[in-house]
Amino acid sequence: MAEVRAEMVANVWKVVAKEGDQVDDGDTLVILESMKMEIPVLAEGSGVVTKMHVAEGDVVQEGDPIATIG
Amino acid sequence: MGIRAVAVYSDADADLPYVREADEALYIGPSQPARSYLDAAALIEAARKSNAAAVHPGYGFLAENADFARQVIEAGLTWVGPGPGAIEQMGDKIRARNLMEQAGVPVSPGTREPVTDVAEAVTEAERIGYPVMVKAAAGGGGIGMGAAADEAGLRSAFETARSRAERFFGSPAILLERYVERARHVEVQILGLADGRVLALGERDCSVQRRHQKVAEETPSPGVSASLRERMLAAAVKAGEAVGYRGAGTVECLVDADAGSFVFLEMNTRLQVEHPVTELVTGIDLVEQQFLVAAGEPPSFDPGAIHPAGHALELRIYAEDPVRFLPGPGTITEWDEPAGDGVRVDAGYQAGNTVTPFYDPLLAKLCVHGADRAQALERARDAVAAFRIAGPKTNLAFHADLLASPDFVSGDYDTSLVSKLRPR
Repeated sequence: MAEVRAEMVANVWKVVAKEGDQVDDGDTLVILESMKMEIPVLAEGSGVVTKMHVAEGDVVQEGDPIATIG
Repeated sequence: MGIRAVAVYSDADADLPYVREADEALYIGPSQPARSYLDAAALIEAARKSNAAAVHPGYGFLAENADFARQVIEAGLTWVGPGPGAIEQMGDKIRARNLMEQAGVPVSPGTREPVTDVAEAVTEAERIGYPVMVKAAAGGGGIGMGAAADEAGLRSAFETARSRAERFFGSPAILLERYVERARHVEVQILGLADGRVLALGERDCSVQRRHQKVAEETPSPGVSASLRERMLAAAVKAGEAVGYRGAGTVECLVDADAGSFVFLEMNTRLQVEHPVTELVTGIDLVEQQFLVAAGEPPSFDPGAIHPAGHALELRIYAEDPVRFLPGPGTITEWDEPAGDGVRVDAGYQAGNTVTPFYDPLLAKLCVHGADRAQALERARDAVAAFRIAGPKTNLAFHADLLASPDFVSGDYDTSLVSKLRPR
């Protein structure tokens, strides 16, 4: 199980992957938006998205979980 | 000036110093820009409630929105800015380019009609010649802009530009123009007076950019000779006259310093973030002139006696890491501004404030004025070293590196400077 976390305070602009999706290293899971910049959050390994912790419009803090990949 | 100031704020900005500094402040909605600062009806309602006589749109959000300007005027308020017609003509970058070409202002080879599909973009790029710059016709702020060296690069840049253009500017129209490599980004400050005359108040060099957004500016430009300056200022006046411009505006150009030539890039129909450097060398308060022009009054200075003196720099202090320039919002635990001869700090924050992810990362403008460039650089170095901010990430360390870099210090630099200082 790998937890992908937010690197900074941001708004969740787009949720790209959904629970049950098979993802590979480098795939975009979510696109965050902070200070008018889009910041893609990428998978750091292959696996299945077992849990998506955020929804579009959420605000995440630095270190908050974004997705769990199993 | 004896004018009472009414400010507006969203949830995110409720605790910021400007809200208390204003004579009156009105809440206009939630933090998301679309529900507050971009909500024209809420803004006009706030103006009505506070019995305001005029609306100054600042330099973000709706400042270059012709529809908003029109709504302000229709509500019986004075719009502190150029007429909606001028905003519209300059807001569409394709129309603006065509208009400038007709007015005799040099433009680089580019598209005269909006490009909406990728096949057409490929044909146009071949006609113009690579490398090309791809950007949103209705865009601004560097958003969605990208350079392409070949067809593959163009296809990808076009898709990015088109999706951003739709999302941020509500129009998919794309503009292509020849990309000038090793160019300096130099803009001319203009002021359209109430009597119809258009003045040029000198240039600003804005070549220090990351992600096509400005990080530091200076005036005069070390890359502009006296004869080039004369031609650029004359062209900027022509540009303003072509649209009957009133108030403060900026004509942005790309300068090829080696060739001593320039082309028109775009016009910003508003006050610019970096206007303080022009104020520091000319002694002219540009915001005061904006209000005087809007009131139909003459400027506070003699238009025949504009004598810029010394050298001025602006360093944008951003809430971002100083290496990758990624956003770093957070709560400010320490905020200690530098002071001293020739130092001016225009800040939006103080200790205890929280920098949120909702808006652009600008925390403060650190501006310095010196008798010459060497003195301005020295004062800037001292001021950067003395500025203490703790909590959010800041780019102060980047500015220290910039002010120590031989390329910047020599004055011989172009828009590639930041990527040289921060190679990936």
